[in-house]
Amino acid sequence: MPVTITIPTPLRQFADGQSEIQVNASTAGEALDKLTSTHSELRRHLFNDQNALRNFVNVYVNDEDIRHADGPDTPVKEGDTILIVPSIAGGAAVLDEIAGKDAGGPEAGIPALPMLSNEEVARYSRHLIMPEVGMTGQRKLKAASVLMIGTGGLGAPLGMYLAAAGVGRLGLVDFDVVDASNLQRQIIHGTKDVGRPKIASARDRIEDINPHVEIETHDTKLTSANALNLFVNYDVIVDGTDNFPTRYLVNDACVLTGKPNVYGSIFRFEGQASVFWAERGPCYRCLYPEPPPPGLVPSCAEGGVLGVLPGIIGAIQANETIKIILGAPDILVNRLLLFDAWRMRFRELKLRKNPDCPVCGVNPTIKELIDYEEFCGITQQPETKPTMEEITATELKQRLDQGDDIQIIDVREPHEYEIGQIPNSKLIPLGQVLNRMNEIDSGRETIVHCKMGGRSAKAIEALQRAGFPGHLINLKGGITAWSNEVDPSVPKY
Amino acid sequence: MIEIADEHLREIRAHGERDYPFECCGLLIGRFENGRKVVSEPYAISNAREEAAKRNRFLIRPEELVRGERYAREKSLDVVGFYHSHPDDRAVPSKYDLDHAWPSYSYIVVAVEKGHAADLRSWEMESDRSRFNEEQITT
Repeated sequence: MPVTITIPTPLRQFADGQSEIQVNASTAGEALDKLTSTHSELRRHLFNDQNALRNFVNVYVNDEDIRHADGPDTPVKEGDTILIVPSIAGGAAVLDEIAGKDAGGPEAGIPALPMLSNEEVARYSRHLIMPEVGMTGQRKLKAASVLMIGTGGLGAPLGMYLAAAGVGRLGLVDFDVVDASNLQRQIIHGTKDVGRPKIASARDRIEDINPHVEIETHDTKLTSANALNLFVNYDVIVDGTDNFPTRYLVNDACVLTGKPNVYGSIFRFEGQASVFWAERGPCYRCLYPEPPPPGLVPSCAEGGVLGVLPGIIGAIQANETIKIILGAPDILVNRLLLFDAWRMRFRELKLRKNPDCPVCGVNPTIKELIDYEEFCGITQQPETKPTMEEITATELKQRLDQGDDIQIIDVREPHEYEIGQIPNSKLIPLGQVLNRMNEIDSGRETIVHCKMGGRSAKAIEALQRAGFPGHLINLKGGITAWSNEVDPSVPKY
Repeated sequence: MIEIADEHLREIRAHGERDYPFECCGLLIGRFENGRKVVSEPYAISNAREEAAKRNRFLIRPEELVRGERYAREKSLDVVGFYHSHPDDRAVPSKYDLDHAWPSYSYIVVAVEKGHAADLRSWEMESDRSRFNEEQITT
């Protein structure tokens, strides 16, 4: 079918001075082949020695970059226009030795990519035999670097799959230690690792999976002070965090450093994933300009999470990270993937860049990192209010032992009550506290407790606001503190 | 050969100093005249490279170039070349520049030493991509 190819000014001298040339072709690649077979001088400016398009040559079919369609296989039909548009790149001599890797980030060209040893060729054989990855793609993976924020539920499958796939350099950021309650989902850590720093345990597992991966551990909390300096040293950032301040911090730091942010989040049975990349689509703030009020969205520690869920979402993040490095079409940009594990349903929402976005919009107001704890309202949580009367687990035990008349109200959920109780406590879940206020004897001293002390503080506040006349005392640290200080036979969860 | 006014060369030098220690870049808008290029104005572009690479790399995205070409066409002009700076390096194209160059265009390189514009030279690539040839600048 006849299509028109427009020739950029500097190349017209190799096309007999013509600005447009018509050829018959059914794909963009075929059209370029025909063009360069009749005008052979053009070929060396458009293609490299491996017969791939030079990385600074952009080909558009009508208005669509073929990189975002099917590459050279992008179909063309009668009347279509193929545009050859150069990107202009260059620079000083200092880094010439790594120019190949540096030649345009994830879509980098072929020249100076690292070579694979025979051992690596054997290891990556199932990648190498697919043209979508192939030798060039595998070398891109080796040249690439990925920073993982968190080595928990999402970070576990991510780190393991990225390492297995042959990503050359992996950075791990975490300051937490492995707890027994992590093992239900964080499969990068094992039973023997309980009590160890997560990054040490994750490093051992990754080294075991693939010794060719260079691992950089950052035993620190990600903060506004260190994020930018960390991010600039990596090609792709993957967000495996579980809280809003860090999520906004990762987003803003990615926008400011121009890095793609591979996002995932999980709660109970539901997960989300997307690629936030301000150069190509929306950022996290375009989707959620403001964080939810503190306490409205419970964390996994409060609400629970199905162990396999982060495995699924983390594997999707690993998949998209690898595609970004390979320069694959159809990455999860401009789309939010929603997954419901309980109903086994995937849904997809279209996302749009918000031109008024404070960080990636037309006139950004956020030009440096801010205080994200304050932005998310974390500093005003109710449990920090000094007016609430508290008692420690040890003190409570002493008073019960000396026979004081105390009633204990447990405001957790029934399925938590089943795991373990403080003796002689009465269960009234937080959501029913006001309706069942008459079941609490206002004439007796009342200790209120939950798992950690947060929900019981809310219960006391609500009761006091509703005019409950009795004496209410919060159990500091909840039943967890009771187990730690008084009765270790009560299981912690 | 490239013809460009003194005031435009001053603009290019000033852009290089302004963006130091990063590389600056821009388009040269003008006309091709019998193998000669006549610049009517430089057109500054923001360097699209990420912060870490900006010290020794520049990138002009195709969208930016298309915008520059549209602007030129409105004035019945063409993009005839590009300029960029080499912070603390010579005004000589690097191997990287050669690997990414297009024929016919002029490539003006300005060296910026410790924040001050120094040597400024213009180059055109040999059409077999083997090397850059320095071209004469007339004002």
